[in-house]
Amino acid sequence: MAQNTTVQTAGHDEHHHESPVVFGFWVYLMTDCIIFGTLFAVFAVLRNQFNGGPTGHELFEFGGLGLETALLLVSSITYGFGMIAAHKSQVSKVILWLGVTFLLGLGFVGLELREFAHMIAEGAGPDRSAFLSAFFTLVSTHGLHVTCGLIWIVTLIAQLMGTTEIPERMMNKLTCLSLFWHFLDIVWICVFTYVYLASMI
Amino acid sequence: MSNPHTSSSGESHGSVSSYIIGFVLAVVLTVLSFGVVMSHSLSPAGTLAAVSALALVQVLVHLHYFLHMGGDSEQRWNNMCFVFTVAFVAILIVGSVFIMNNTALHMMSR
Repeated sequence: MAQNTTVQTAGHDEHHHESPVVFGFWVYLMTDCIIFGTLFAVFAVLRNQFNGGPTGHELFEFGGLGLETALLLVSSITYGFGMIAAHKSQVSKVILWLGVTFLLGLGFVGLELREFAHMIAEGAGPDRSAFLSAFFTLVSTHGLHVTCGLIWIVTLIAQLMGTTEIPERMMNKLTCLSLFWHFLDIVWICVFTYVYLASMI
Repeated sequence: MSNPHTSSSGESHGSVSSYIIGFVLAVVLTVLSFGVVMSHSLSPAGTLAAVSALALVQVLVHLHYFLHMGGDSEQRWNNMCFVFTVAFVAILIVGSVFIMNNTALHMMSR
């Protein structure tokens, strides 16, 4: 450990020195965290205001929730493998792992949209009760973030196509998306715990 | 120095084994929290407490193994930002819930 710190202070172009770009993105993620915190607070306040409408216990089911959670969890580790390949400059492997992550994320968004469509068709749309308004706002904000992540993945795949090495600028982009993707997974942990499971107890 | 996180090449981006350890821990914790709710073996309050504890541990696992947060000097500003945000969000959520419950109690709307 002592060796590590001397190495880091001595050579500033050391391989794993964190770039200001990544730090700036981290600060953005923290503000995003406050957005989600606010929406969680809204949900916590309104979670029992059913207005005679359906409760979470009646609406949510374990199967779909488990599948969504599994897709997002697996996509986290596939992105991690992509980052490991990126650090070894194996461009084709990075593209492969990003592609797998994209498909898993797409599956998640698809399942979520199907769930929303099903709920709205049953008359449990965001206009039914305060509980459902808070639910749709919180969960769809997360879904929107995942969708943005998917667009970002496609963009990076397109930029990586035909290149043979990964310059520092590209590495920063991949690192930022890595933080974003893993951050969304953490938000999802809180969503499935406090929004879904807590309503199904 | 056998820990993959302190090896010179894996300092800030982890290794295959650290990702797999993190993933296995995350899967176990997720399955446990689903299991606690589905089995109905605890009281409602107990279930909520258990699920909250599992979620907290899982968030820490993700922060450590996937976001590579740690205590080294280079991450100091990241960590300070993070602590500020956690404190901010905690005040926001606990404060909102407390105030709204208190209001509801006094207005007897619940």
